[in-house]
Amino acid sequence: MSMNALSQAECVAKCRVIRRHIIEMLAEAGSGHPGGSLSAAEVVTALYFHFLRQDPAQPEAADRDRFILSKGHAVPVQYAAMAEAGYFEVSELSTLRRIDARLQGHPVKGTLPGIEASTGALGQGLSIACGHALAGKMDAAGYKVFCMMGDGEIDEGQVWEAALFAAHQKLSNLIAIVDANGIQLDGRVEDILGLEPLVDKWAAFGWSVIEIDGNDMGQVFDALERAVANTSGQPVCIISRTVKGKGVSFMENGVEWHGVAPTAEEAERALAEIGGVA
Amino acid sequence: MSSTRALGRATRDAFGDVLVKLGAERGDVVVLDADLAKSTRSGKFQAKYPERFFDMGICEANMCGVAAGLAASGKTVFIASFSSFLLCKGFDQLRMAVAYPGENVKIIGTHGGITLGEDGASQMSIEDFALALSLPGVVVCHPADDESAKQLLTQIAAQQGPAYVRLGREKAPTLYSANDKVELGRAQVLRDGGDLTLVANGLMVGLALDAAEQMAATGVEARVIDVHTLRPLDSATLAAAARETGAMVVVEEHLKVAGLGSVVAQAVVESHPVPMRFVGLEGYAESGSPAALLAKYGLTAEKIVAAAKEVLAAKR
Ligand SMILES: Cc1ncc(C[n+]2csc(CCOP(=O)(O)OP(=O)(O)O)c2C)c(N)n1
Repeated sequence: MSMNALSQAECVAKCRVIRRHIIEMLAEAGSGHPGGSLSAAEVVTALYFHFLRQDPAQPEAADRDRFILSKGHAVPVQYAAMAEAGYFEVSELSTLRRIDARLQGHPVKGTLPGIEASTGALGQGLSIACGHALAGKMDAAGYKVFCMMGDGEIDEGQVWEAALFAAHQKLSNLIAIVDANGIQLDGRVEDILGLEPLVDKWAAFGWSVIEIDGNDMGQVFDALERAVANTSGQPVCIISRTVKGKGVSFMENGVEWHGVAPTAEEAERALAEIGGVA
Repeated sequence: MSSTRALGRATRDAFGDVLVKLGAERGDVVVLDADLAKSTRSGKFQAKYPERFFDMGICEANMCGVAAGLAASGKTVFIASFSSFLLCKGFDQLRMAVAYPGENVKIIGTHGGITLGEDGASQMSIEDFALALSLPGVVVCHPADDESAKQLLTQIAAQQGPAYVRLGREKAPTLYSANDKVELGRAQVLRDGGDLTLVANGLMVGLALDAAEQMAATGVEARVIDVHTLRPLDSATLAAAARETGAMVVVEEHLKVAGLGSVVAQAVVESHPVPMRFVGLEGYAESGSPAALLAKYGLTAEKIVAAAKEVLAAKR
């Protein structure tokens, strides 16, 4: 666990702060993806404030845990967590999506320390994560590799190639997290291209699967503890059932809030609902 | 955009309209999209003809293969996504299943270039002309405005065989009226001039016209040509321009290495070599407003004028 790990209760409070940042950043930028950023807030908060063994002062330490946000459009949640975790000043969050900013619209490796992969063309992160995990095994390094994908994202064939590979190579240091909020861009996942039964699919591909309510911090902690302690010899996939737009009533489960930033007035309403001001 | 011309609609909006019209006229038209139907405007067709529209999910490669099969069984197939995802993720399928057998698949890549803006480099296609041009037999087209997009897309639909069309996210300056006849494979001279030629396509045409007007104030008359069709290339119009003006600048919202500049240079070198300069992209861009990006990455009337001065000096 990270040195200054927050408790589960503290993570619940931190998660509100993360949600506030997401809303504020997007409103300021005037564009971006609120729905899938908000749905992933509990998992990303738990990762950055309890589970990831990372030191923001040494973002390239060889033994660091890796976190790859494969659904790169949700990067506001990662930037918010990274800022709160000390990777950069919270004030920099307001530069999101501006010209010359380090906080690019989708994650860019090399621009901002702590970003492990350039993502944004969906479907590629799990392969990169497999590479990190394979290197870790080859080097007998102790680090874990976490990769978060969207449920729409896993439509991509490359994801299933990577899934086959990870199981074949017994990448037990690899933890995939599917942020299964049930909505992609054009509509609901089950209307566009059905994925169910999702747990069975990952299990059939040779993964150890844990299914949780991913907006419940208790279940998130429990799942990540089990995943980190994994002794199955298989890679672990957490199917994290979440609500797109979670925490903001008028965004929750709304297809239309996939890629539209809130106006100043909408942001105010959202912040009032989220609460959690120190 | 930075051009001073009046803005019309985005070329992707023309695509939505053309699809709806085609849907009414022809029962063989089928449209596929990869979870971007709202953004590409294929959703307009979906709303009217849901039984002939398929949202494939985020599966660009599968979409290209399925399109090939549909086309081989007699459908006229339009596939749409952001041009970056469509060409990069679907490339091998476009190569083996579409271009090689010459299937009747119309590949529509929207949000081309860097002017998609704030989403940043992962979504920007700056290499799509290179990829599409490397598929032999595929028509490659990039209209500059609403009207020309409508006419060119309609002609592409009427032709048999594969075609790639790059469309834009942003509103484009109006360059053509319904009275103008825009023809696939025929470069359009939009401004006459004898001192040098500016060749461009897409949003760069407006900038080239701006640059020509700036130069006219200093007594230099530039010919401006909209090369909306990169293949088949209108070599004759380009050769005539090279011969008559003796110098050329090519402007494109694409990597300089393998796009419009390359094909135009090849044609000019083979017909009537003249001094040439190229205004285009050198590498990946970033997030930012379209105007800020064009300025930072050198796609401006000022840069075109500077390149023009260089070719004019080389010409003497
Ligand atoms: C290869 C590729 N195709 C299309 C897109 C456009 N796109 C961005 S987000 C998105 C939907 C993603 O849905 P999901 O993975 O479920 O994400 P979430 O709901 O968590 O935001 C699409 C199609 C893309 N970024 N990459």
